[in-house]
Amino acid sequence: MTDKVLMKGNEAIAEAAIKAGCRHYFGYPITPQTEIAAYMAKRMPKIGGTFLQAESEVSAINMVYGVAGAGYRVMTSSSSPGISLKQEGISYIVGADLPALIVNVQRGGPGLGGIQPSQSDYFQATKGGGHGDYRLICLAPASVQEMADLTIKAFDLADKYRMPAMLLADGTMGQMMEPVSIPEVTAKPVDKPWAANGTKGERKHNIINSLYLKPEILEKVNFERFERYAQIEANEVMYEEYMMDDAEYCVVAFGIASRVSKNAVTEARKQGIKVGLIRPITLWPFPKDVLNAAADKVKGFISVELSMGQMIEDVRLATNCKKPVVLCNRAGGMIPSPEQVLDSIKNLAKEVK
Amino acid sequence: MTTQVLIAGFGGQGVLFAGKFLAYKGLLEDKQVSWLPSYGPEMRGGTANCSIIISDDPVGSPIVSNPDVLLAMNLPSLDKYENEAVPGSVIIVDSTLIARKLTRTDVKAFYIPATKMAKDMNAPNLANMIMIGKMIKESNAVSIDNLEDAMKKVVPAKKADLIGVNMQAVMLGYNY
Repeated sequence: MTDKVLMKGNEAIAEAAIKAGCRHYFGYPITPQTEIAAYMAKRMPKIGGTFLQAESEVSAINMVYGVAGAGYRVMTSSSSPGISLKQEGISYIVGADLPALIVNVQRGGPGLGGIQPSQSDYFQATKGGGHGDYRLICLAPASVQEMADLTIKAFDLADKYRMPAMLLADGTMGQMMEPVSIPEVTAKPVDKPWAANGTKGERKHNIINSLYLKPEILEKVNFERFERYAQIEANEVMYEEYMMDDAEYCVVAFGIASRVSKNAVTEARKQGIKVGLIRPITLWPFPKDVLNAAADKVKGFISVELSMGQMIEDVRLATNCKKPVVLCNRAGGMIPSPEQVLDSIKNLAKEVK
Repeated sequence: MTTQVLIAGFGGQGVLFAGKFLAYKGLLEDKQVSWLPSYGPEMRGGTANCSIIISDDPVGSPIVSNPDVLLAMNLPSLDKYENEAVPGSVIIVDSTLIARKLTRTDVKAFYIPATKMAKDMNAPNLANMIMIGKMIKESNAVSIDNLEDAMKKVVPAKKADLIGVNMQAVMLGYNY
């Protein structure tokens, strides 16, 4: 017997957020992530929290901005088109150096696209999305357990570095059920002396703002922010390696694509092809070093994605194009099959000896 | 051992519920499991199917394209998935709703009038559980023991009075 329960990925995110001390959720329904909002609507009133269905995604993200400024753990969630609407607010939250969690359970795009799973918001999540120089900590779960674990991790990292974090999932991860045990969070809340939560007449006002009209100051703020980014790149990279010890070829995939790829790697091994998998868990910071090191050992890479090929650019950059990198993909809500990935592995093994 | 199960029918037949029951049964047997619904814009009606994987090893892709066990609960589902099942697979057909026989001969076919049996036991919504009972009998995916533990996990506490009739339906299918 086990203490694990079956939960949808979306529900696991919501419960883990509550365990992490998040008592404020603002959102607007959109498939395939609506279960997060539904779960919050049910639970928050019972535990003294706030669930608020805003009139739009734009409104929801600005409510997040406000609560984050007051120093409380706060989140919003949406799916691709809704996340696009939130970009302005995300940029402001970054500009004001505030921690918050934004969950994107991706669906096919662009535009309204479809409602089936996708990974085509990779660029948006890892390269900016809103205006200005910035990064988001971007975590990519590949199981329902990770939906929970990485939600908690995202809150911790956001608080630690005073910046928003994004959980980048997809429709499959949100809708599937797997056994999960939601961890108890015992860490004390981080002290937030910068929060605008009332001076009690004892200190100067804290000001939450992203406006700096003097370019010298704005430049300094940007440089300081990027010093934090450098620390994150040095300290917070997460990835999983699978059968990489003697690998001659390397599949790179995250989220649902990594699950499909694992099947293909296992099958290719049975057929005598030495292939392994590197799964980035943090998409930013991207696991550059491990990929660069792999590039000195393997003969080629395959980037498996539910997009027209976005992460593949980071794989090429990380490996300095030392070895060929090919794309194996589906788009628009379709998911590559293990057979497609296996064919891609076989082709690479044939072409690059 | 890994069993990939696909349950397919139309919305309202309890396809997702039956899948969840099966997944919990596997979980309570300490197996690795995954449950993945096809999700569409419609809340009711339309097609519904659900992938369940029950395995001794960690589950890779949760998507079942080539099932070891197929539960076909209407004709479009059988038409769509009959040829996707792996050779030697178990295919269970609700013969109340599906008049035709399988065209394949390399699979183990079982025909059970689940919808009629459910009506006869005065529980017209439980054809799904009758199909699950038959499936437990004909495949080695999960055991028939301790059914009620899994049932308690999926029937909400408010509807606990329905546990008994669900159990009956599973046993009816199992003994058919």
